[in-house]
Amino acid sequence: MEWTDERFKVYQQLMKEIQAVDFVLVELNLYLDTHPNDQQAVEQYNDYVRQSAALKSRFQSMFGPLYGFGNSYTTCPWSWKEAPWPWQV
Amino acid sequence: MYTYRKAYRPFVSPNDPCPPMWVKTYETPPQLYLGFQPYGMPQFPPMEALRWGTLWPALFAPYSNPYKQKRMGGYRWNGQMNGSRYTNS
Amino acid sequence: MWVYEKKLQYPVRVNKCDPRMAKFLIEQYGGADGELAAALRYLNQRYTLPDRVIGIVNDIGTEELAHLEMIATMVYKLTKDATAEQMKEAGLGPHYADHDKALYFHNAAGVPFTATYFNAKGDPITDLYEDIAAEEKARATYQWLINMTDDPDLKDGLQFLREREVVHSQRFREAVEILKEERDAKRLF
Ligand SMILES: [Fe+2]
Repeated sequence: MEWTDERFKVYQQLMKEIQAVDFVLVELNLYLDTHPNDQQAVEQYNDYVRQSAALKSRFQSMFGPLYGFGNSYTTCPWSWKEAPWPWQV
Repeated sequence: MYTYRKAYRPFVSPNDPCPPMWVKTYETPPQLYLGFQPYGMPQFPPMEALRWGTLWPALFAPYSNPYKQKRMGGYRWNGQMNGSRYTNS
Repeated sequence: MWVYEKKLQYPVRVNKCDPRMAKFLIEQYGGADGELAAALRYLNQRYTLPDRVIGIVNDIGTEELAHLEMIATMVYKLTKDATAEQMKEAGLGPHYADHDKALYFHNAAGVPFTATYFNAKGDPITDLYEDIAAEEKARATYQWLINMTDDPDLKDGLQFLREREVVHSQRFREAVEILKEERDAKRLF
């Protein structure tokens, strides 16, 4: 699909939302590694897992898979290998 | 609440080849003081957490070039030779 | 195994065309206290640590790989469209002669990466203390890099990476406390 300015803007916006939610998950993951019994943090973690999944399914329906090796569904043609790669954006 | 930057005055010799930096600083970030992180500390919302690089304000310590902050009483040499030139107090 | 995510951990932006800065940033790519050294150090130490702290070391090691990709992105963006002439002016002539624009694991002075940058002593406290020191050294490197750029976008990414070192240091300090095992006892007094 062709990359218009508009499409690029949507890509960046949605990507940033995913980055924010996934960042909370990274922080909670490291925290829980040393605080495994913090019930509240565990609940928050699970809540953000749901949010992340919802955002990613929206993103992937527009821009293709975020994961290879069976962790995302694929379309035909196989679009995992398509640019942009993260460092190109 | 702790300060995350400390300052000291190095000895200034009349034989020093460059104009002196009267005050030098070093960083003392929050992990030096927090101890084992307690449960339930206040959090940033996701977008801000991403922006600041941590989910917890208590672990956030901003950094900017200390020698560019003119305001802070001579972090950068002000071009004046004054009384403290020969002392380190 | 690892699963690759087609995303950066943080939206890296570079505003100013400044290939000279790439020469300095490479310190965090292939330098002694860089992200590669960090990732390899932790992912190698984890095999012989007590079960209670493997998780945190494994996960911080994994996050370091994301940081390696961020640094690579900065270097890539800063050099991508530079001419041979610009590379030369930026002090990247020696790099260009050997690698063109390809990234290479060396430090800011051009010294190639080596496994001697990190250790695995097999003594858990010793290894975690090395990890805490490594985080503080990486934090300091980011400070010196921030001092050398006036590109607000680049600074933004570097500040994120510096802050991550603060959090990693905090978690390694907690791992030490977990191994000391006296935390609950102390609370009783
Ligand atoms: Fe780190």
